Amino acid sequence: MLQPQEIPQEAPGAEPQAAKAAIRGRAIVVTSGKGGVGKTTTTANVGAALAQRGAKVALIDADVGLRNLDIVLGLENRVRYHLLDVLESKVPLDDALVTDKRVATLSLLPAAQSREKDEVDTELMRALVEQLRERFDYVIVDSPAGIEKGFINAVVGAQEAIIVCTPEVSSVRDADRVVGLLGNRFSPQLIVNRVRPGLVKRGKMLSVDDVNGILRLPLLGVLGDEADVIVSTNRGEPVVFDPNSRTGNAYRTIAARIAGDDVPIPAPPAEEGFMGKLGALFRI
Amino acid sequence: MFDFLSRFFKPQGSSETAKERLRLVLLSDHLQLAPDVVEALKYDLIAVISKYVEVDVESCEVTFEQQDRTVLMLANIPIVSMKVRTLDQPAEPEPIVLGEPELEVQPATVTSHAHAAAPRRRRRRRKRLGAGSDNKQHAVTGPLGESSN
Repeated sequence: MLQPQEIPQEAPGAEPQAAKAAIRGRAIVVTSGKGGVGKTTTTANVGAALAQRGAKVALIDADVGLRNLDIVLGLENRVRYHLLDVLESKVPLDDALVTDKRVATLSLLPAAQSREKDEVDTELMRALVEQLRERFDYVIVDSPAGIEKGFINAVVGAQEAIIVCTPEVSSVRDADRVVGLLGNRFSPQLIVNRVRPGLVKRGKMLSVDDVNGILRLPLLGVLGDEADVIVSTNRGEPVVFDPNSRTGNAYRTIAARIAGDDVPIPAPPAEEGFMGKLGALFRI
Repeated sequence: MFDFLSRFFKPQGSSETAKERLRLVLLSDHLQLAPDVVEALKYDLIAVISKYVEVDVESCEVTFEQQDRTVLMLANIPIVSMKVRTLDQPAEPEPIVLGEPELEVQPATVTSHAHAAAPRRRRRRRKRLGAGSDNKQHAVTGPLGESSN
């Protein structure tokens, strides 16, 4: 049986000084276990939405070897250096950070594309997140899928975790596994992604309550399975930059809740109009 | 209207199936026991209790339940009658035929998985033992397992 590595505890000699911690930013890892559930999209949009609120945000793409956060954000043409260049002290941190021209408080540290996850040193990764927390209000780490070393490296510097899960048995099971691995640290919160209320209503999809009846985490947000995310990814413009996007609005609400605003979670819009229902009669 | 019509055209939803399948698979994930080992545990548990009281084997139910992120074992074991024994007569375990499968039960590896069923896990057993239970002499030895001294 696979025994995943332990997530290392606080670094030896880490000083738990309350005063110092108070001025530091929050490091949040976005993770899921399963791939393809929307971690990168969530990292991009939550980061962009927090930056739009005026917070200084650094996004780290920890998916070494499968760099994607840059292209989802539309910053792929501005990447010159990457995470491993910084960890190996080849370039200064500021040379590798890509600043978003649309929201100046948003920065991206891209993953290395031609390297492997195992090449990342866990302690150096922790130190890097610590260093970024000195300068940014939020450090959001986009975790790779899986529970191996790439996951450990993504998690090691974080204090908080966002679990992204879709209403599918495989995703829920993997999320449950990840929550188990995180243990009592990271106070994980849940985002249920790609909910289709029409299917839920017809008993063909697990509901948010079904998912969270199993995972039992504080619910951070619910996102519908909507076309605007696909369109925004095609264009490299996070949906939060579109003031009319419903998913953008849902992500802005998630950002507000992370920032501590007491705002309710909007229900994902029912996706089906008359024609949809007519079509549903003949489907499946 | 469409919802109403839909019911005639389509089979019932599959989300209930998904929920039940998830419940079962996560149970065995959390216990880190294979489903057949869980089955063997049930048989053994019933067998042990049958040493002291006569139980209705047919109606025994041993289930596991998720409560928050811990696993509870719930045993519903109807007792048919007490086996009266005197104090100086040690329990003579009767062989109990349960028709159980012969299983090579590997010792469960309880690892550092935060939600694995730890040995100290609280277990609720809904069995009603009579007040005059006569098996004091079989009380488990001290917490460190020291023998009588």
